[in-house]
Amino acid sequence: MGELAPGTMTGPRGPKPRKRLSARNIMLYGTLIVAALYYLLPLYVMVVTSLKGMPEIRLGNVFAPPLEITFEPWVKAWSSACTGLTCEGLSSGFWNSVQILIPSVVVSIAIASVNGYALANWKFRGSEMFFTILLFGAFIPYQVMIYPIVIILRELGLFSSLGGLVLVHTIFGMPILTLLFRNYFASLPEELFKAARVDGAGFWGIFFKVMMPMSLPIFVVAIILQVTGIWNDFLFGVIYAGTQNYPMTVQLNNIVNSVQGVKEYNVNMAATILTGLVPLVVYFVSGKLFVRGIAAGAVKG
Amino acid sequence: MPSIEVKNLSLSFGAVNVLNAMNIEVEDGEFLVLLGPSGCGKSTLLNCLAGLLDVSDGQVWIKGRNVTWEEPKDRGIGMVFQSYALYPQMSVRGNLSFGLKNARLGKAEIESRIARAAEILQIEPLLDRKPGALSGGQRQRVAIGRALVRDVDVFLFDEPLSNLDAKLRSELRVEIKRLHQKLRNTMVYVTHDQIEALTLADRIAVMRGGIIQQLDNPKTIYNKPANLFVAGFIGSPAMSMLEGVGAEGGVQIGDLHVPLAGYDGGQVLQGQKVVLGVRPEHVEVGPEGAGLPAIVDIDEPMGSDSLLWLTMAGQQISVRIGADVRFTPGQAVGLRFDIAKSSVFDVESEERI
Repeated sequence: MGELAPGTMTGPRGPKPRKRLSARNIMLYGTLIVAALYYLLPLYVMVVTSLKGMPEIRLGNVFAPPLEITFEPWVKAWSSACTGLTCEGLSSGFWNSVQILIPSVVVSIAIASVNGYALANWKFRGSEMFFTILLFGAFIPYQVMIYPIVIILRELGLFSSLGGLVLVHTIFGMPILTLLFRNYFASLPEELFKAARVDGAGFWGIFFKVMMPMSLPIFVVAIILQVTGIWNDFLFGVIYAGTQNYPMTVQLNNIVNSVQGVKEYNVNMAATILTGLVPLVVYFVSGKLFVRGIAAGAVKG
Repeated sequence: MPSIEVKNLSLSFGAVNVLNAMNIEVEDGEFLVLLGPSGCGKSTLLNCLAGLLDVSDGQVWIKGRNVTWEEPKDRGIGMVFQSYALYPQMSVRGNLSFGLKNARLGKAEIESRIARAAEILQIEPLLDRKPGALSGGQRQRVAIGRALVRDVDVFLFDEPLSNLDAKLRSELRVEIKRLHQKLRNTMVYVTHDQIEALTLADRIAVMRGGIIQQLDNPKTIYNKPANLFVAGFIGSPAMSMLEGVGAEGGVQIGDLHVPLAGYDGGQVLQGQKVVLGVRPEHVEVGPEGAGLPAIVDIDEPMGSDSLLWLTMAGQQISVRIGADVRFTPGQAVGLRFDIAKSSVFDVESEERI
């Protein structure tokens, strides 16, 4: 052993050793991997199938990767698959869904946020009663209301129109969204609201200048809820939209469940993925925004 | 003309009376402290003055104007909150100018007011920071600044120092006092901290259960508490309360006769059940045989002075003594009360006699 310079450590060096393959880690990662596989496998089958031609699918190797990659099914699903009487693919349904989605999300969140703000901060006589009644709406099964709404929309002249469907989505989103916003605004420090009142801000001034800038997280949550909910809606779309306005989900159903001709599994898979893309994108994009929103709101009042 | 007049003010939430027919007049430039335990209605009263709560009955007048039903912004008040209540997304400058912009003041006017407030409160270097980047003391300064820029005659403070640590609290306490001496505007200050009340106030209103127990200057509140509640609430350590019965020329406590010669108050009737209240600093401890006999229980040195806990006639009593004098537990001593600074309360009515 050679001589050591003064001050040199003689003990063990380097980072603290960690056991990678402990029983705990194996259990943990094992479970996670199994769970991930369980959810990813169907997606894998869908993607793989959508890239195969029909002859290859008939061979029956569900899990095998495509021998010859083809995007034909995707193109067909988008632009020429038959959805009932017409054969224009999902594209028209996509644009219908967009036209339903944007006004429904914007209008419902705009109204619900003001509702929640008023119920949390500007309590009036009977506001609690009003809130209870509104909340009760969240627990009434949809089926009960389908036919009455058909009649109401017919009387309003909105049946079988985009406007009617937007109205229905807005109303059905109201209870849960109002609850969400009310609870969020009620959780903001009350003194902030009081300070703004002393500072001379009115109902709208406080809402737009004080409350809204602090509420990004809850707006993001509301947008996620509404976008996914409305995009995935099938029932209201099939009942209230009218054939010319069928949203994407309804058209997907028409493609997949068509009884005539051969079952084109690859087209069906492609169409399904296309339809699910919007909620998927929303989750991926908003996940980041959500975290940032929470961080922005983390300043103590 | 009084700056604030509260006339017969009542407020009830459902069946609960939070405020009961309050009457207060606050003079121009006066520093009034509302003091009481939590739930006594002091913050509620302040919110009524600010117009943040609708009253059930009665009136609020500010500067000779009935403002009972006016909006907070029209009352000519500025308010400082316990949690600072700064708008987190705005810079300090934005926080200060928010109210002025709502009042549609000119740009130059807003700038000059902010500059003045920032100078008084020494927050000039902080103007472009967000509240999140400030310490607690700095935030509370900004909150005071927000009231200051409004250029109003009446300041309302709702427990402004309760969220700060002890050291900062005493610093800002002095600063608020300095601010009051400089600006000379009317201030109403809510606190549950008796030290803040005693140090800051021109007058203190001690409240309990929505009723004012006593409204007077700090000295009178301290030396002549109106009733048992005020006596027990003010003073730390608390006033010693000795139960006894009125006797010829004094009070009979157990088998001891305490003469009341020189008592600054009414006449104690013979046989009347009373409580003799003595503050720790108004008792003198002497050798055994000189004065009322008592036994030392605990000696608590506190640095600048010591607190002595004794048993006298079976009842506990605390005495503040110099830091140099030492006593041992079990030691027999003699006590002499400063009767002129003591209080006698009727047990039944709890009022001072």
